[in-house]
Amino acid sequence: MTLRVRAWRGGAEGRFQEFEVPRRESQTVLDVVTHIQRHIDPSLAYRFACRVGMCGSCAMTVNGKPRWTCRTHVDKVAKDGRLELAPLANLPVVRDLVADMREFFDKWARARGQFSPTATRADRFAKVEPQGAERREADAGIECIGCGVCYAACDVVAWNRDYLGPAALNRAWTLVNDARDGGNAERLRAVAGDAGCHSCHTLMSCTELCPKQLSPTRSIAGLKRATRGVAFGGEGE
Amino acid sequence: MSVRLEARLWWAQRVTAAFLAFFVAVHLATIIYAVHAGLGAAEVLARTRGNVAWALFYSLFVLAASIHGAIGLRTIAAEWLRWRGAPANAAAASIAVALALLGLRAVAAVTLP
Repeated sequence: MTLRVRAWRGGAEGRFQEFEVPRRESQTVLDVVTHIQRHIDPSLAYRFACRVGMCGSCAMTVNGKPRWTCRTHVDKVAKDGRLELAPLANLPVVRDLVADMREFFDKWARARGQFSPTATRADRFAKVEPQGAERREADAGIECIGCGVCYAACDVVAWNRDYLGPAALNRAWTLVNDARDGGNAERLRAVAGDAGCHSCHTLMSCTELCPKQLSPTRSIAGLKRATRGVAFGGEGE
Repeated sequence: MSVRLEARLWWAQRVTAAFLAFFVAVHLATIIYAVHAGLGAAEVLARTRGNVAWALFYSLFVLAASIHGAIGLRTIAAEWLRWRGAPANAAAASIAVALALLGLRAVAAVTLP
């Protein structure tokens, strides 16, 4: 049995190229791409590292939807034996299946995704109750691997190029709930408004497709509540 | 665009939506109840003319709808037509004012004695 694979070739301007790849048991989409690169066309560009769903580098558009390819089985997404592979949407194309992730990660920084410490190494450890409400909110969002699947799935990103996107806002929400962090005044200002949480339409594509089963939608809803002060308080412009 | 203005418009949209849910429910229930006895201009006017409660109800309904509709159109203009900034804001504000004036004029026509 063979799989009929169409893979994107070129940059923003390009075309799909057809390949025939032998079908194997327990085959992942990343296995298919690797087969093409090793046995058919060594010039195919794609990105991967860990192959076990930890690093977040192998995401691509698979039959129209963004997926982490190393943990996506061909069985699940190509029932008719056809695969169409493209780079992640909503990001510039470097070449073939490789998207330029810079704007995705730059937006993490713009959403104040950096930890702002309030203590020094001379201080004692902060005591954070595992069952505390804030700790559990942070826990719910903290396993993000930065794969960019949610960003590629988000319609609001496509409509508004400044929109920070689900991953960056989810990261900000985990820090809003970090008792040790002191950067919330600036952070809440950074994630409010047209480029931030208030633009989310709760379409939930991010939550549907997140390979780690996180809910950025929930995190963004939390930010909408937390930014009340930006709208009516002394914070904001 | 100011972050604060965007955040406030988001809240205005949410609050007016909550009011509209109530207004629309009462409005629809009243229509269904009212047509049982046959519907005509005379019956409607008999119920609404000089009635302060209906005048207040529909005035608030009109204001909530004007604000909610204008903010929604502004968002659609930004996302689908990529029309943002001061001219788009002015257009949305004009639509809000126009809807409110037209609506309040209609409310006055059926509720003033």
